Amino acid sequence: MRGLPPVLITAIVLVAGFAACAMQFPNIASTRVVGNLLTDNAFLGIVATGMTFVIISGGIDLSVGSVIGFTTVFVALAIERWGVPPLVAFVAILVLSAAFGAAMGAVIHVFDLPPFIVTLAGMFLARGASFLLSTESVPITAPVYSTVSDFALRMPGGGRLTAIAIIMLVIVIGGALLLHLTRFGANVYALGGSRATASLMGVAVGKMTVKIYMLSSLLAGIAGIVFSFYTSAGYSLSAVGVELDTIAAVVIGGTLLTGGQGSVIGTFLGVLIQGMIQTYINFDGTLSSWWTKIATGVLLFAFIALQQGLVALARRPAAKNAGAAI
Amino acid sequence: MTALLPRRGFAQILALIVILAVDRVVSPQFFDLRLQDGRLFGSLIDVLNRGTPVALLSLGMVLVIATRGIDLSVGAVMAICGAIAASLADTHGLPVVLAAALGAGLVCGLWNGFLVAVLGMQPIVATLILMVAGRGIAQLITEGRIVTFSSPDLVWLGNGSVLGLPVPVVIALSMLILTGAVVRGSALGLLIEATGGNARASELAGVGTRAMIIAVYVWCGICAALAGVIAAADIMGADANNAGLWLELDAILAVVIGGTSLFGGRFSLVLAVLGALIIQTMNTGILLSGYPPEFNLLVKAVVVLAVLLLQSPKLSGFAGIATRLKRTKA
Repeated sequence: MRGLPPVLITAIVLVAGFAACAMQFPNIASTRVVGNLLTDNAFLGIVATGMTFVIISGGIDLSVGSVIGFTTVFVALAIERWGVPPLVAFVAILVLSAAFGAAMGAVIHVFDLPPFIVTLAGMFLARGASFLLSTESVPITAPVYSTVSDFALRMPGGGRLTAIAIIMLVIVIGGALLLHLTRFGANVYALGGSRATASLMGVAVGKMTVKIYMLSSLLAGIAGIVFSFYTSAGYSLSAVGVELDTIAAVVIGGTLLTGGQGSVIGTFLGVLIQGMIQTYINFDGTLSSWWTKIATGVLLFAFIALQQGLVALARRPAAKNAGAAI
Repeated sequence: MTALLPRRGFAQILALIVILAVDRVVSPQFFDLRLQDGRLFGSLIDVLNRGTPVALLSLGMVLVIATRGIDLSVGAVMAICGAIAASLADTHGLPVVLAAALGAGLVCGLWNGFLVAVLGMQPIVATLILMVAGRGIAQLITEGRIVTFSSPDLVWLGNGSVLGLPVPVVIALSMLILTGAVVRGSALGLLIEATGGNARASELAGVGTRAMIIAVYVWCGICAALAGVIAAADIMGADANNAGLWLELDAILAVVIGGTSLFGGRFSLVLAVLGALIIQTMNTGILLSGYPPEFNLLVKAVVVLAVLLLQSPKLSGFAGIATRLKRTKA
């Protein structure tokens, strides 16, 4: 139940925004546009699900964009140059990215360092490693790729629900179940509320930290594979700056950056809002793409200011009650 | 900790010497200096010149970090101010151009300071807003193009020389002296450290923490504006997409290498600038050695980790790790 009001506001913004877009361009309200919106933002939705866990636990993961970039290059090289079967390459990169996240989590916990700076180092490391592998864009021609790209469920109205959109939806639903229905999820909230309290209550803080960053990097790895399906290529400069879009989506989705509150569904709505702004700008045609950044910045500000207001309101009655009790 | 104070800066100076020595090995003419047309040339001067933007950014960033904050928007502010300077350069005089660019930096800093000090937002989040939107604003100013200019005054800021030294280096040095004089010549530095150490206690003790926090973000914005103008003057144009891209991370790294804790409190301006020079010496060394510049990121990552581990509060030698691991298991 926690975090519901901000999620409601996000949902209202999405619906109102979509209605406004549809009034101006009636063609937006079609399953084709919605299907494309889901496909274009599939990798963002996946990586934002992982980021939600990290941010609710009171941390941050700046390395996700670089992990996506590294994954696309690694997968492309493994399949095209080294002749590895695609499935083996996928498993290898997922193991590698999970280990990478676990290592970051371990460093954060064991040395008691700020996640911001540790994952910053991780960001440099992963991006540098992908540059080392290849600085050119490597096209992927494996048959699996065309099969997956061509696969789509037909929606009424001619829209296509593509394979990567389905992967994203499955991960969002799985993430929501994991966060809201399991002990692991409850522990994530506990960590974000207060590390010390969580530790006293018997949460294995170290193990949890490692697992949370492992999950985030693992999902970034999956997002990287999805991204390589989306572009049919591996490029070391792909997904630069995605960590910012991801954090923005999580915040717009009503997750508190101080940790302790938030939801995966809200994040999903945040991703859709960003996709909607992009779609609107494409439809309009006269607005330039940099308006996306400004609009995202304005939304970020609006949501954070709103959260700040809600937190202040929540504190006030509590303080009054405490005063009355004394 | 007080026992360690006399050795402050020792590690940074040693690191710089080691990196310089490595550079000397990979490029034998590294220390050669020659005077040409009244200006010094050589790899060392190059390091100073290229290191200027990050050094300027780190001057502002170190104060922000000392108050337990962080400013992610400096790269975007650089882009905004560079764009303003470039689009005004050919139609207005240098004073107007500088005033407009620095004024824009001041407004950006004021906005960040307002969000952090008045609205009480987390610094990472508050400055993230401008980091995301700022590049859009810069592109709005340049209308998505790379704006070039030929005003000799502004070009001089990036490529001229004073007493044989490149102008950017002179500017950075003057800013270091100015900041040092203001911050350490008065109680201001102490009050900033107090704010970072414990904002609530300082507030109760009568420190105007709110004003302190706004002031450091404003100063950070002005430093970023100056860096943006210099970067634009250097390439005689403003590229809203790439100007100052990722430099906020380099600036934070410089401050961390300079020994200032991300948890606020004690800070050192000189060591932060030294940190910026260490980063640039590494970059130049990698370029000179003929390795692809892509190695930069890997080397930086290793350096960040090494510095972090050295500074880690939980780590004093291997004994620290052992006890920590034991505690974790138990």
